[in-house]
Amino acid sequence: MSQPNIEELEKVASQVRRDILRMVHAVNSGHPGASLGCTEFFTALYFHVLNKKQPFDMDGKGEDLFFLSNGHISPVWYSVLARSGYFDVSELATFRKLNSRLQGHPATEEGLPGIRVASGSLGQGLSFACGAAQAKKLNNDDNLVYALMGDGELQEGQVWEAAMYAPHHKIDNLIASVDFNGQQIDGPTEKVMSLADLKAKWLAFGWEVIESNGNDMKEIIAALKLAKSLTGKGKPIMNLMRTDMGYGVDFMVGTHKWHGVAPNDDQLADALSQLEETLGDY
Amino acid sequence: MTKFTYTEKKDTRSGFGDGLLELGRTNPNVVGLCADLIGSLKMGAFQKEFPERFFQVGIAEANMIGLAAGMTIGGKIPFTGTFANFSTGRVYDQIRQSVAYSEKNVKICASHAGLTLGEDGATHQILEDIGMMKMLPNMTVINPCDYNQTKAATIAIADHHGPVYLRFGRPKVPIFTPADQKFEIGKALKLIEGSDVSIFATGHLVWEAIEAEAVLAEEGINAEVINIHTIKPLDAEAILESVAKTGCAVSAEEHQMNGGLGDSVAQTLALNNPSPLEMVAVNDSFGESGTPAQLMTKYGIDAKNIVLAAKKAMERK
Repeated sequence: MSQPNIEELEKVASQVRRDILRMVHAVNSGHPGASLGCTEFFTALYFHVLNKKQPFDMDGKGEDLFFLSNGHISPVWYSVLARSGYFDVSELATFRKLNSRLQGHPATEEGLPGIRVASGSLGQGLSFACGAAQAKKLNNDDNLVYALMGDGELQEGQVWEAAMYAPHHKIDNLIASVDFNGQQIDGPTEKVMSLADLKAKWLAFGWEVIESNGNDMKEIIAALKLAKSLTGKGKPIMNLMRTDMGYGVDFMVGTHKWHGVAPNDDQLADALSQLEETLGDY
Repeated sequence: MTKFTYTEKKDTRSGFGDGLLELGRTNPNVVGLCADLIGSLKMGAFQKEFPERFFQVGIAEANMIGLAAGMTIGGKIPFTGTFANFSTGRVYDQIRQSVAYSEKNVKICASHAGLTLGEDGATHQILEDIGMMKMLPNMTVINPCDYNQTKAATIAIADHHGPVYLRFGRPKVPIFTPADQKFEIGKALKLIEGSDVSIFATGHLVWEAIEAEAVLAEEGINAEVINIHTIKPLDAEAILESVAKTGCAVSAEEHQMNGGLGDSVAQTLALNNPSPLEMVAVNDSFGESGTPAQLMTKYGIDAKNIVLAAKKAMERK
Protein backbone atom coordinates (compact mmCIF):
# COMPACT_ATOMS: atom_id res chain seq x y z
CA MET A 1 0.00 0.00 0.00
CA SER A 2 1.38 3.40 -0.99
CA GLN A 3 1.35 6.41 1.34
CA PRO A 4 -2.16 7.84 1.49
CA ASN A 5 -2.87 11.45 0.66
CA ILE A 6 -5.26 12.08 3.52
CA GLU A 7 -6.24 15.53 2.32
CA GLU A 8 -7.22 14.21 -1.10
CA LEU A 9 -9.18 11.33 0.41
CA GLU A 10 -11.05 13.70 2.69
CA LYS A 11 -11.99 15.78 -0.32
CA VAL A 12 -13.41 12.69 -1.97
CA ALA A 13 -15.31 11.86 1.22
CA SER A 14 -16.87 15.32 1.28
CA GLN A 15 -18.14 14.85 -2.27
CA VAL A 16 -19.41 11.37 -1.48
CA ARG A 17 -21.43 12.77 1.42
CA ARG A 18 -22.94 15.37 -0.91
CA ASP A 19 -23.83 12.60 -3.35
CA ILE A 20 -25.49 10.53 -0.61
CA LEU A 21 -27.64 13.41 0.58
CA ARG A 22 -28.63 14.52 -2.92
CA MET A 23 -29.46 10.94 -3.97
CA VAL A 24 -31.78 10.21 -1.06
CA HIS A 25 -33.31 13.69 -1.19
CA ALA A 26 -34.15 13.33 -4.89
CA VAL A 27 -36.35 10.28 -4.29
CA ASN A 28 -37.32 11.08 -0.71
CA SER A 29 -36.20 7.61 0.35
CA GLY A 30 -33.10 5.61 1.14
CA HIS A 31 -30.72 5.33 4.08
CA PRO A 32 -28.46 8.34 4.67
CA GLY A 33 -27.50 7.69 8.32
CA ALA A 34 -25.07 4.79 8.08
CA SER A 35 -24.10 5.81 4.55
CA LEU A 36 -22.68 9.03 5.99
CA GLY A 37 -21.14 7.12 8.89
CA CYS A 38 -19.29 4.74 6.58
CA THR A 39 -18.06 7.34 4.08
CA GLU A 40 -14.45 7.35 5.29
CA PHE A 41 -14.36 3.54 5.19
CA PHE A 42 -15.65 3.30 1.64
CA THR A 43 -13.45 6.14 0.42
CA ALA A 44 -10.36 4.63 2.01
CA LEU A 45 -11.22 1.20 0.63
CA TYR A 46 -11.89 2.18 -2.99
CA PHE A 47 -9.42 5.05 -3.33
CA HIS A 48 -6.50 3.57 -1.44
CA VAL A 49 -6.78 0.02 -0.08
CA LEU A 50 -8.34 -2.27 -2.68
CA ASN A 51 -6.30 -3.83 -5.43
CA LYS A 52 -8.83 -3.32 -8.25
CA LYS A 53 -8.81 -4.19 -11.89
CA GLN A 54 -10.81 -2.65 -14.70
CA PRO A 55 -13.03 -3.37 -16.45
CA PHE A 56 -15.24 -5.02 -13.88
CA ASP A 57 -15.97 -8.71 -14.25
CA MET A 58 -18.06 -10.96 -12.05
CA ASP A 59 -15.31 -13.52 -11.37
CA GLY A 60 -12.95 -10.97 -9.83
CA LYS A 61 -9.87 -13.13 -10.29
CA GLY A 62 -6.58 -11.34 -9.64
CA GLU A 63 -8.08 -8.51 -7.59
CA ASP A 64 -9.39 -7.81 -4.11
CA LEU A 65 -13.12 -8.22 -3.61
CA PHE A 66 -15.53 -6.24 -1.48
CA PHE A 67 -19.01 -7.34 -0.40
CA LEU A 68 -21.57 -5.15 1.34
CA SER A 69 -23.84 -7.16 3.61
CA ASN A 70 -25.89 -4.26 5.01
CA GLY A 71 -27.16 -3.37 1.56
CA HIS A 72 -29.35 -0.50 2.71
CA ILE A 73 -26.31 1.77 2.79
CA SER A 74 -26.19 1.51 -0.99
CA PRO A 75 -25.95 5.33 -1.47
CA VAL A 76 -22.39 5.48 -0.14
CA TRP A 77 -21.36 2.43 -2.16
CA TYR A 78 -22.90 3.72 -5.39
CA SER A 79 -21.26 7.11 -4.95
CA VAL A 80 -17.84 5.63 -4.26
CA LEU A 81 -18.16 3.15 -7.14
CA ALA A 82 -19.05 5.98 -9.53
CA ARG A 83 -16.41 8.34 -8.19
CA SER A 84 -13.75 5.63 -8.52
CA GLY A 85 -14.65 4.90 -12.13
CA TYR A 86 -16.97 1.89 -12.16
CA PHE A 87 -19.70 3.86 -13.94
CA ASP A 88 -20.49 7.45 -14.82
CA VAL A 89 -21.38 9.73 -11.91
CA SER A 90 -24.39 11.02 -13.85
CA GLU A 91 -26.03 7.64 -13.24
CA LEU A 92 -26.26 8.47 -9.52
CA ALA A 93 -29.28 10.60 -10.49
CA THR A 94 -31.19 7.39 -11.30
CA PHE A 95 -30.93 5.99 -7.75
CA ARG A 96 -34.15 4.19 -6.72
CA LYS A 97 -35.94 5.24 -9.91
CA LEU A 98 -37.71 2.99 -12.38
CA ASN A 99 -35.42 1.19 -14.88
CA SER A 100 -32.30 2.12 -12.94
CA ARG A 101 -29.24 -0.05 -12.31
CA LEU A 102 -29.03 1.65 -8.91
CA GLN A 103 -31.69 -0.34 -7.07
CA GLY A 104 -32.76 0.64 -3.57
CA HIS A 105 -30.65 -2.21 -2.33
CA PRO A 106 -27.66 -3.46 -4.35
CA ALA A 107 -28.46 -6.05 -7.02
CA THR A 108 -26.75 -7.82 -9.88
CA GLU A 109 -29.72 -8.29 -12.19
CA GLU A 110 -29.30 -4.93 -13.91
CA GLY A 111 -25.55 -5.48 -14.30
CA LEU A 112 -24.21 -2.53 -12.31
CA PRO A 113 -20.39 -2.79 -12.32
CA GLY A 114 -18.93 -3.34 -8.87
CA ILE A 115 -21.80 -5.42 -7.47
CA ARG A 116 -21.39 -9.19 -7.25
CA VAL A 117 -24.36 -10.21 -5.11
CA ALA A 118 -27.64 -8.73 -3.99
CA SER A 119 -27.86 -7.64 -0.38
CA GLY A 120 -30.50 -6.03 1.76
CA SER A 121 -32.02 -8.96 3.55
CA LEU A 122 -29.54 -8.85 6.41
CA GLY A 123 -27.12 -11.44 7.70
CA GLN A 124 -26.08 -13.07 4.44
CA GLY A 125 -22.96 -11.18 3.37
CA LEU A 126 -20.39 -12.76 5.67
CA SER A 127 -21.28 -16.25 4.43
CA PHE A 128 -20.94 -15.06 0.86
CA ALA A 129 -17.59 -13.41 1.59
CA CYS A 130 -16.31 -16.62 3.24
CA GLY A 131 -17.25 -18.57 0.12
CA ALA A 132 -15.56 -16.07 -2.17
CA ALA A 133 -12.45 -16.17 0.02
CA GLN A 134 -12.33 -19.96 -0.20
CA ALA A 135 -12.75 -19.78 -3.97
CA LYS A 136 -9.74 -17.44 -4.07
CA LYS A 137 -7.70 -20.02 -2.20
CA LEU A 138 -8.82 -22.77 -4.59
CA ASN A 139 -7.79 -20.53 -7.49
CA ASN A 140 -4.39 -19.75 -5.89
CA ASP A 141 -5.36 -16.08 -5.99
CA ASP A 142 -3.50 -14.17 -3.27
CA ASN A 143 -5.81 -11.17 -3.29
CA LEU A 144 -8.05 -10.46 -0.34
CA VAL A 145 -11.76 -10.42 0.37
CA TYR A 146 -13.31 -7.55 2.32
CA ALA A 147 -16.82 -7.40 3.74
CA LEU A 148 -18.87 -4.89 5.71
CA MET A 149 -21.78 -5.59 8.03
CA GLY A 150 -23.91 -3.36 10.20
CA ASP A 151 -23.83 -3.84 13.96
CA GLY A 152 -27.60 -4.28 14.20
CA GLU A 153 -27.20 -6.93 11.53
CA LEU A 154 -25.22 -9.03 13.99
CA GLN A 155 -28.56 -9.90 15.57
CA GLU A 156 -29.11 -12.24 12.60
CA GLY A 157 -28.20 -15.83 13.44
CA GLN A 158 -26.60 -16.58 10.09
CA VAL A 159 -23.78 -14.15 10.90
CA TRP A 160 -22.70 -16.40 13.74
CA GLU A 161 -22.86 -19.50 11.56
CA ALA A 162 -20.32 -17.81 9.31
CA ALA A 163 -18.40 -16.52 12.33
CA MET A 164 -17.97 -20.14 13.45
CA TYR A 165 -17.15 -21.42 9.98
CA ALA A 166 -14.39 -19.00 8.99
CA PRO A 167 -11.87 -19.80 11.76
CA HIS A 168 -12.64 -23.54 11.53
CA HIS A 169 -11.69 -23.47 7.86
CA LYS A 170 -8.77 -21.05 8.47
CA ILE A 171 -10.10 -18.42 6.09
CA ASP A 172 -7.23 -15.99 6.62
CA ASN A 173 -7.68 -13.99 3.41
CA LEU A 174 -10.80 -12.29 4.71
CA ILE A 175 -11.10 -8.88 6.40
CA ALA A 176 -14.59 -8.28 7.72
CA SER A 177 -15.61 -4.96 9.23
CA VAL A 178 -18.55 -4.08 11.40
CA ASP A 179 -20.06 -0.60 11.24
CA PHE A 180 -20.22 -0.24 15.01
CA ASN A 181 -22.44 2.81 15.33
CA GLY A 182 -24.69 1.51 18.09
CA GLN A 183 -27.86 2.42 16.22
CA GLN A 184 -30.58 0.57 14.35
CA ILE A 185 -34.00 1.50 12.99
CA ASP A 186 -35.92 1.21 16.23
CA GLY A 187 -33.28 2.87 18.41
CA PRO A 188 -29.90 2.29 20.03
CA THR A 189 -28.73 -1.32 19.66
CA GLU A 190 -28.33 -1.55 23.43
CA LYS A 191 -32.06 -0.91 23.82
CA VAL A 192 -33.33 -2.91 20.85
CA MET A 193 -31.18 -6.00 21.33
CA SER A 194 -27.95 -5.69 23.22
CA LEU A 195 -24.84 -6.76 21.32
CA ALA A 196 -22.98 -7.08 24.63
CA ASP A 197 -19.20 -7.46 24.34
CA LEU A 198 -18.67 -7.74 20.60
CA LYS A 199 -14.90 -7.90 20.84
CA ALA A 200 -15.06 -10.80 23.27
CA LYS A 201 -17.58 -12.57 21.04
CA TRP A 202 -15.48 -12.41 17.90
CA LEU A 203 -12.36 -13.38 19.86
CA ALA A 204 -14.19 -16.33 21.35
CA PHE A 205 -15.21 -17.46 17.87
CA GLY A 206 -11.53 -17.51 16.91
CA TRP A 207 -11.10 -14.30 14.93
CA GLU A 208 -8.22 -11.86 15.02
CA VAL A 209 -9.93 -8.67 16.19
CA ILE A 210 -8.83 -5.08 15.71
CA GLU A 211 -10.67 -1.93 16.73
CA SER A 212 -10.73 1.30 14.81
CA ASN A 213 -12.24 4.74 14.47
CA GLY A 214 -14.15 4.64 11.21
CA ASN A 215 -14.69 8.38 10.96
CA ASP A 216 -11.01 9.33 10.97
CA MET A 217 -9.48 8.85 7.53
CA LYS A 218 -5.96 8.42 8.84
CA GLU A 219 -7.05 5.93 11.48
CA ILE A 220 -9.23 3.82 9.23
CA ILE A 221 -6.46 3.53 6.67
CA ALA A 222 -4.03 2.53 9.41
CA ALA A 223 -6.55 -0.03 10.67
CA LEU A 224 -7.07 -1.56 7.24
CA LYS A 225 -3.30 -1.64 6.74
CA LEU A 226 -2.93 -3.42 10.07
CA ALA A 227 -5.72 -5.82 9.12
CA LYS A 228 -3.94 -6.63 5.88
CA SER A 229 -0.71 -7.34 7.75
CA LEU A 230 -2.59 -9.88 9.87
CA THR A 231 -3.88 -11.91 6.92
CA GLY A 232 -2.27 -15.19 5.94
CA LYS A 233 -1.79 -16.30 9.53
CA GLY A 234 -4.56 -18.86 9.82
CA LYS A 235 -7.31 -16.60 11.16
CA PRO A 236 -9.98 -14.36 9.66
CA ILE A 237 -9.74 -10.68 10.62
CA MET A 238 -12.54 -8.67 12.26
CA ASN A 239 -12.31 -4.89 12.21
CA LEU A 240 -14.72 -3.47 14.80
CA MET A 241 -15.08 0.00 13.41
CA ARG A 242 -16.60 2.66 15.62
CA THR A 243 -18.56 5.20 13.61
CA ASP A 244 -21.21 7.82 14.21
CA MET A 245 -24.37 7.38 12.21
CA GLY A 246 -24.93 10.56 10.20
CA TYR A 247 -21.33 11.71 10.59
CA GLY A 248 -20.47 14.90 8.71
CA VAL A 249 -23.83 16.63 9.07
CA ASP A 250 -24.35 18.28 12.46
CA PHE A 251 -28.09 17.68 12.79
CA MET A 252 -27.89 14.07 11.62
CA VAL A 253 -24.99 12.77 13.67
CA GLY A 254 -25.27 10.21 16.43
CA THR A 255 -28.95 9.31 16.18
CA HIS A 256 -30.95 6.49 14.61
CA LYS A 257 -33.52 9.03 13.42
CA TRP A 258 -31.77 9.44 10.07
CA HIS A 259 -31.31 5.72 9.52
CA GLY A 260 -33.85 5.57 6.73
CA VAL A 261 -35.22 9.09 6.34
CA ALA A 262 -34.34 11.56 3.59
CA PRO A 263 -33.79 15.27 4.28
CA ASN A 264 -36.33 17.79 3.01
CA ASP A 265 -35.31 20.78 0.85
CA ASP A 266 -34.28 23.00 3.75
CA GLN A 267 -32.45 20.20 5.53
CA LEU A 268 -30.61 19.32 2.34
CA ALA A 269 -29.49 22.91 1.87
CA ASP A 270 -28.32 23.04 5.49
CA ALA A 271 -26.45 19.74 5.13
CA LEU A 272 -24.80 20.65 1.84
CA SER A 273 -23.62 23.95 3.31
CA GLN A 274 -21.53 21.86 5.72
CA LEU A 275 -19.87 19.80 2.97
CA GLU A 276 -17.52 21.24 0.37
CA GLU A 277 -18.24 20.39 -3.27
CA THR A 278 -14.80 19.08 -4.16
CA LEU A 279 -15.25 16.99 -7.31
CA GLY A 280 -18.37 18.56 -8.77
CA ASP A 281 -21.91 17.41 -8.03
CA TYR A 282 -23.33 14.83 -10.46
CA MET B 1 -42.36 -48.61 -27.22
CA THR B 2 -40.16 -50.09 -24.54
CA LYS B 3 -41.76 -52.32 -21.96
CA PHE B 4 -40.41 -51.15 -18.64
CA THR B 5 -38.98 -53.69 -16.26
CA TYR B 6 -36.29 -53.65 -13.64
CA THR B 7 -33.84 -56.01 -12.07
CA GLU B 8 -32.48 -53.76 -9.39
CA LYS B 9 -33.71 -51.17 -6.94
CA LYS B 10 -31.53 -48.35 -5.69
CA ASP B 11 -31.97 -45.02 -3.93
CA THR B 12 -31.93 -41.90 -6.08
CA ARG B 13 -29.59 -40.21 -3.58
CA SER B 14 -26.94 -42.75 -4.57
CA GLY B 15 -27.38 -41.59 -8.15
CA PHE B 16 -26.54 -38.11 -6.92
CA GLY B 17 -23.49 -39.29 -4.99
CA ASP B 18 -22.14 -41.29 -7.91
CA GLY B 19 -22.86 -38.47 -10.36
CA LEU B 20 -21.05 -35.99 -8.15
CA LEU B 21 -18.03 -38.26 -7.92
CA GLU B 22 -17.91 -38.54 -11.70
CA LEU B 23 -18.22 -34.78 -12.03
CA GLY B 24 -15.36 -34.32 -9.61
CA ARG B 25 -13.16 -36.33 -11.95
CA THR B 26 -14.16 -34.44 -15.09
CA ASN B 27 -14.78 -30.88 -13.92
CA PRO B 28 -12.17 -29.28 -11.62
CA ASN B 29 -14.51 -26.39 -10.81
CA VAL B 30 -17.09 -28.60 -9.12
CA VAL B 31 -17.03 -28.24 -5.33
CA GLY B 32 -19.19 -29.94 -2.70
CA LEU B 33 -20.66 -28.55 0.49
CA CYS B 34 -22.58 -30.51 3.09
CA ALA B 35 -24.32 -29.61 6.35
CA ASP B 36 -23.44 -32.63 8.49
CA LEU B 37 -25.21 -35.23 6.34
CA ILE B 38 -22.40 -36.64 4.22
CA GLY B 39 -23.54 -40.23 4.63
CA SER B 40 -27.21 -39.49 4.00
CA LEU B 41 -26.38 -37.49 0.87
CA LYS B 42 -23.88 -40.10 -0.38
CA MET B 43 -21.21 -37.41 -0.69
CA GLY B 44 -18.52 -39.46 1.06
CA ALA B 45 -16.83 -40.73 -2.09
CA PHE B 46 -16.46 -37.19 -3.46
CA GLN B 47 -15.14 -35.98 -0.12
CA LYS B 48 -12.59 -38.78 0.02
CA GLU B 49 -11.31 -38.29 -3.51
CA PHE B 50 -11.41 -34.47 -3.53
CA PRO B 51 -10.91 -33.32 0.07
CA GLU B 52 -9.65 -29.91 -1.03
CA ARG B 53 -12.86 -29.32 -2.97
CA PHE B 54 -15.20 -30.49 -0.23
CA PHE B 55 -16.45 -28.27 2.59
CA GLN B 56 -18.06 -29.54 5.77
CA VAL B 57 -20.34 -26.74 6.95
CA GLY B 58 -21.79 -28.25 10.09
CA ILE B 59 -25.45 -27.86 10.97
CA ALA B 60 -25.71 -24.39 9.45
CA GLU B 61 -27.69 -24.50 6.23
CA ALA B 62 -28.15 -20.75 5.82
CA ASN B 63 -24.39 -20.32 5.92
CA MET B 64 -24.00 -23.17 3.44
CA ILE B 65 -26.18 -21.45 0.84
CA GLY B 66 -24.29 -18.17 1.29
CA LEU B 67 -20.93 -19.92 1.08
CA ALA B 68 -21.96 -21.70 -2.11
CA ALA B 69 -23.15 -18.46 -3.68
CA GLY B 70 -19.85 -16.80 -2.75
CA MET B 71 -17.78 -19.64 -4.20
CA THR B 72 -19.22 -18.94 -7.63
CA ILE B 73 -17.18 -15.72 -7.62
CA GLY B 74 -14.07 -17.09 -9.27
CA GLY B 75 -15.87 -19.75 -11.28
CA LYS B 76 -16.53 -22.61 -8.88
CA ILE B 77 -19.67 -24.71 -9.36
CA PRO B 78 -20.91 -25.50 -5.85
CA PHE B 79 -23.19 -28.47 -5.12
CA THR B 80 -24.82 -28.15 -1.70
CA GLY B 81 -26.17 -31.23 0.00
CA THR B 82 -28.69 -31.65 2.79
CA PHE B 83 -32.24 -32.90 3.26
CA ALA B 84 -34.86 -31.27 1.03
CA ASN B 85 -36.50 -29.69 4.06
CA PHE B 86 -33.30 -27.91 5.09
CA SER B 87 -32.42 -27.16 1.46
CA THR B 88 -35.52 -25.06 0.85
CA GLY B 89 -37.87 -23.84 3.56
CA ARG B 90 -35.15 -23.33 6.12
CA VAL B 91 -33.05 -21.24 3.75
CA TYR B 92 -35.63 -19.73 1.43
CA ASP B 93 -34.53 -16.14 1.89
CA GLN B 94 -30.86 -17.03 1.43
CA ILE B 95 -31.68 -18.83 -1.81
CA ARG B 96 -33.94 -16.02 -2.94
CA GLN B 97 -31.46 -13.18 -2.44
CA SER B 98 -27.97 -14.69 -2.68
CA VAL B 99 -28.67 -17.36 -5.31
CA ALA B 100 -31.79 -16.81 -7.43
CA TYR B 101 -31.97 -13.00 -7.58
CA SER B 102 -28.19 -12.80 -7.84
CA GLU B 103 -28.20 -15.47 -10.59
CA LYS B 104 -25.49 -17.57 -8.98
CA ASN B 105 -24.41 -20.88 -10.42
CA VAL B 106 -25.33 -22.92 -7.34
CA LYS B 107 -26.75 -26.45 -7.46
CA ILE B 108 -28.99 -27.09 -4.46
CA CYS B 109 -29.12 -30.86 -4.11
CA ALA B 110 -31.82 -32.14 -1.83
CA SER B 111 -32.33 -35.66 -0.57
CA HIS B 112 -35.05 -37.27 1.55
CA ALA B 113 -37.76 -35.31 -0.24
CA GLY B 114 -41.40 -36.15 0.31
CA LEU B 115 -43.20 -38.81 2.33
CA THR B 116 -40.87 -41.64 1.37
CA LEU B 117 -38.31 -40.42 3.87
CA GLY B 118 -40.52 -42.59 6.05
CA GLU B 119 -40.19 -43.11 9.77
CA ASP B 120 -38.65 -39.73 10.65
CA GLY B 121 -42.09 -38.20 10.22
CA ALA B 122 -43.56 -34.91 9.09
CA THR B 123 -40.86 -32.60 10.47
CA HIS B 124 -38.56 -33.98 7.79
CA GLN B 125 -41.04 -34.94 5.06
CA ILE B 126 -41.14 -31.77 3.04
CA LEU B 127 -43.97 -31.67 0.51
CA GLU B 128 -43.77 -27.97 -0.35
CA ASP B 129 -40.25 -27.70 -1.78
CA ILE B 130 -41.11 -27.88 -5.48
CA GLY B 131 -43.60 -25.07 -5.03
CA MET B 132 -41.17 -22.85 -3.16
CA MET B 133 -38.40 -23.42 -5.65
CA LYS B 134 -40.42 -23.11 -8.83
CA MET B 135 -41.79 -19.75 -7.73
CA LEU B 136 -38.30 -18.24 -7.72
CA PRO B 137 -37.32 -16.49 -10.96
CA ASN B 138 -34.10 -17.88 -12.50
CA MET B 139 -34.51 -21.23 -10.71
CA THR B 140 -34.53 -24.58 -12.54
CA VAL B 141 -36.35 -27.41 -10.72
CA ILE B 142 -35.54 -31.06 -11.42
CA ASN B 143 -37.00 -34.20 -9.83
CA PRO B 144 -35.57 -37.33 -11.50
CA CYS B 145 -37.26 -40.72 -11.26
CA ASP B 146 -34.59 -43.35 -10.56
CA TYR B 147 -30.91 -43.92 -9.79
CA ASN B 148 -29.72 -43.68 -13.40
CA GLN B 149 -31.67 -40.55 -14.14
CA THR B 150 -30.57 -38.85 -10.94
CA LYS B 151 -26.95 -39.60 -11.80
CA ALA B 152 -27.40 -38.26 -15.33
CA ALA B 153 -29.20 -35.15 -14.04
CA THR B 154 -26.44 -34.47 -11.51
CA ILE B 155 -23.87 -34.54 -14.28
CA ALA B 156 -26.00 -32.46 -16.64
CA ILE B 157 -26.68 -29.58 -14.26
CA ALA B 158 -22.97 -28.80 -13.95
CA ASP B 159 -23.05 -27.70 -17.60
CA HIS B 160 -26.11 -25.53 -17.12
CA HIS B 161 -25.16 -22.04 -15.94
CA GLY B 162 -27.60 -20.89 -13.28
CA PRO B 163 -29.32 -21.91 -10.05
CA VAL B 164 -30.75 -25.43 -9.98
CA TYR B 165 -32.83 -27.28 -7.40
CA LEU B 166 -32.24 -31.03 -7.74
CA ARG B 167 -34.66 -33.16 -5.72
CA PHE B 168 -34.22 -36.84 -4.90
CA GLY B 169 -34.93 -39.30 -2.14
CA ARG B 170 -34.07 -42.02 0.29
CA PRO B 171 -36.02 -45.21 -0.58
CA LYS B 172 -34.76 -47.85 -2.95
CA VAL B 173 -36.86 -47.63 -6.11
CA PRO B 174 -36.75 -49.58 -9.39
CA ILE B 175 -34.03 -48.64 -11.88
CA PHE B 176 -35.79 -48.60 -15.23
CA THR B 177 -34.13 -45.84 -17.24
CA PRO B 178 -30.92 -46.49 -19.20
CA ALA B 179 -27.54 -46.13 -17.55
CA ASP B 180 -26.14 -44.32 -20.55
CA GLN B 181 -28.92 -41.72 -20.88
CA LYS B 182 -28.11 -38.12 -21.65
CA PHE B 183 -30.16 -35.87 -19.44
CA GLU B 184 -31.75 -32.94 -21.21
CA ILE B 185 -33.04 -30.25 -18.82
CA GLY B 186 -36.60 -29.21 -19.63
CA LYS B 187 -37.29 -32.08 -22.03
CA ALA B 188 -40.15 -34.33 -20.96
CA LEU B 189 -39.74 -38.02 -21.79
CA LYS B 190 -42.58 -39.98 -23.28
CA LEU B 191 -42.21 -43.44 -21.77
CA ILE B 192 -45.39 -45.12 -22.98
CA GLU B 193 -47.54 -44.04 -25.88
CA GLY B 194 -51.30 -43.96 -25.35
CA SER B 195 -54.47 -42.33 -26.64
CA ASP B 196 -57.03 -42.29 -23.81
CA VAL B 197 -55.41 -40.36 -20.98
CA SER B 198 -52.07 -38.60 -20.38
CA ILE B 199 -50.26 -39.34 -17.13
CA PHE B 200 -47.66 -36.72 -16.22
CA ALA B 201 -45.51 -38.01 -13.39
CA THR B 202 -42.37 -36.82 -11.66
CA GLY B 203 -39.83 -38.38 -9.30
CA HIS B 204 -40.74 -41.58 -7.50
CA LEU B 205 -44.26 -41.43 -8.96
CA VAL B 206 -43.00 -42.17 -12.48
CA TRP B 207 -42.62 -45.86 -11.64
CA GLU B 208 -46.07 -45.84 -10.04
CA ALA B 209 -47.41 -44.37 -13.30
CA ILE B 210 -45.80 -47.19 -15.26
CA GLU B 211 -47.45 -49.74 -12.99
CA ALA B 212 -50.76 -47.90 -13.29
CA GLU B 213 -50.52 -48.00 -17.07
CA ALA B 214 -50.23 -51.81 -17.00
CA VAL B 215 -53.38 -52.08 -14.86
CA LEU B 216 -55.26 -49.68 -17.13
CA ALA B 217 -54.11 -51.60 -20.21
CA GLU B 218 -55.65 -54.78 -18.83
CA GLU B 219 -58.95 -52.92 -18.72
CA GLY B 220 -58.52 -51.74 -22.28
CA ILE B 221 -57.48 -48.19 -21.45
CA ASN B 222 -54.48 -46.83 -23.35
CA ALA B 223 -52.66 -44.44 -21.06
CA GLU B 224 -49.76 -42.31 -22.18
CA VAL B 225 -47.03 -41.99 -19.55
CA ILE B 226 -44.75 -38.97 -19.63
CA ASN B 227 -41.87 -38.41 -17.24
CA ILE B 228 -41.73 -34.75 -16.30
CA HIS B 229 -38.29 -34.79 -14.68
CA THR B 230 -37.97 -31.01 -15.07
CA ILE B 231 -40.78 -29.10 -13.42
CA LYS B 232 -39.27 -25.76 -14.36
CA PRO B 233 -38.83 -24.93 -17.15
CA LEU B 234 -41.88 -27.08 -17.89
CA ASP B 235 -42.07 -28.83 -21.25
CA ALA B 236 -45.44 -27.27 -22.09
CA GLU B 237 -45.17 -28.41 -25.69
CA ALA B 238 -45.00 -32.08 -24.71
CA ILE B 239 -47.93 -31.68 -22.30
CA LEU B 240 -50.13 -29.92 -24.83
CA GLU B 241 -49.26 -32.30 -27.61
CA SER B 242 -50.20 -35.28 -25.47
CA VAL B 243 -53.45 -33.82 -24.18
CA ALA B 244 -54.44 -32.71 -27.67
CA LYS B 245 -54.46 -36.41 -28.46
CA THR B 246 -55.89 -37.90 -25.25
CA GLY B 247 -58.21 -35.10 -24.13
CA CYS B 248 -57.58 -35.55 -20.39
CA ALA B 249 -54.73 -35.83 -17.93
CA VAL B 250 -53.47 -37.01 -14.57
CA SER B 251 -50.55 -35.49 -12.69
CA ALA B 252 -48.68 -37.59 -10.14
CA GLU B 253 -46.12 -36.45 -7.63
CA GLU B 254 -44.82 -36.86 -4.09
CA HIS B 255 -45.67 -33.28 -3.12
CA GLN B 256 -48.51 -31.07 -1.99
CA MET B 257 -51.22 -30.54 -4.58
CA ASN B 258 -50.70 -26.84 -3.92
CA GLY B 259 -47.64 -25.66 -5.76
CA GLY B 260 -46.49 -28.90 -7.29
CA LEU B 261 -46.27 -30.39 -10.78
CA GLY B 262 -50.05 -30.63 -10.96
CA ASP B 263 -50.33 -26.88 -10.51
CA SER B 264 -47.93 -26.32 -13.36
CA VAL B 265 -49.79 -28.74 -15.64
CA ALA B 266 -53.11 -27.12 -14.70
CA GLN B 267 -51.76 -23.70 -15.56
CA THR B 268 -50.49 -24.91 -18.91
CA LEU B 269 -53.81 -26.55 -19.75
CA ALA B 270 -55.96 -23.68 -18.50
CA LEU B 271 -54.04 -21.14 -20.55
CA ASN B 272 -53.87 -23.19 -23.73
CA ASN B 273 -56.31 -26.08 -23.89
CA PRO B 274 -58.65 -26.42 -20.91
CA SER B 275 -59.07 -30.16 -20.32
CA PRO B 276 -60.02 -32.43 -17.42
CA LEU B 277 -57.11 -32.92 -15.03
CA GLU B 278 -56.92 -35.10 -11.93
CA MET B 279 -54.09 -34.60 -9.47
CA VAL B 280 -52.45 -37.42 -7.54
CA ALA B 281 -50.66 -35.57 -4.76
CA VAL B 282 -50.85 -34.94 -1.03
CA ASN B 283 -53.95 -32.88 -0.38
CA ASP B 284 -53.09 -30.02 1.99
CA SER B 285 -51.77 -32.20 4.77
CA PHE B 286 -48.55 -32.97 6.61
CA GLY B 287 -47.18 -36.50 6.61
CA GLU B 288 -46.40 -38.77 9.56
CA SER B 289 -44.16 -41.66 10.59
CA GLY B 290 -44.48 -44.95 8.74
CA THR B 291 -42.83 -47.01 6.05
CA PRO B 292 -42.61 -45.39 2.62
CA ALA B 293 -45.11 -47.90 1.18
CA GLN B 294 -47.58 -47.37 4.02
CA LEU B 295 -47.37 -43.62 3.64
CA MET B 296 -47.84 -43.66 -0.12
CA THR B 297 -50.95 -45.79 0.36
CA LYS B 298 -52.38 -43.73 3.20
CA TYR B 299 -51.80 -40.42 1.45
CA GLY B 300 -53.02 -41.68 -1.89
CA ILE B 301 -49.95 -41.28 -4.01
CA ASP B 302 -49.43 -44.68 -5.63
CA ALA B 303 -50.28 -46.70 -8.74
CA LYS B 304 -53.74 -47.55 -7.44
CA ASN B 305 -54.67 -43.91 -7.07
CA ILE B 306 -53.25 -43.07 -10.49
CA VAL B 307 -55.54 -45.73 -11.98
CA LEU B 308 -58.56 -44.22 -10.20
CA ALA B 309 -57.57 -40.71 -11.25
CA ALA B 310 -57.14 -41.77 -14.88
CA LYS B 311 -60.63 -43.24 -14.99
CA LYS B 312 -62.09 -40.16 -13.35
CA ALA B 313 -60.32 -37.85 -15.81
CA MET B 314 -61.65 -39.91 -18.72
CA GLU B 315 -65.20 -39.71 -17.37
CA ARG B 316 -64.93 -35.91 -17.32
CA LYS B 317 -64.05 -35.66 -21.02
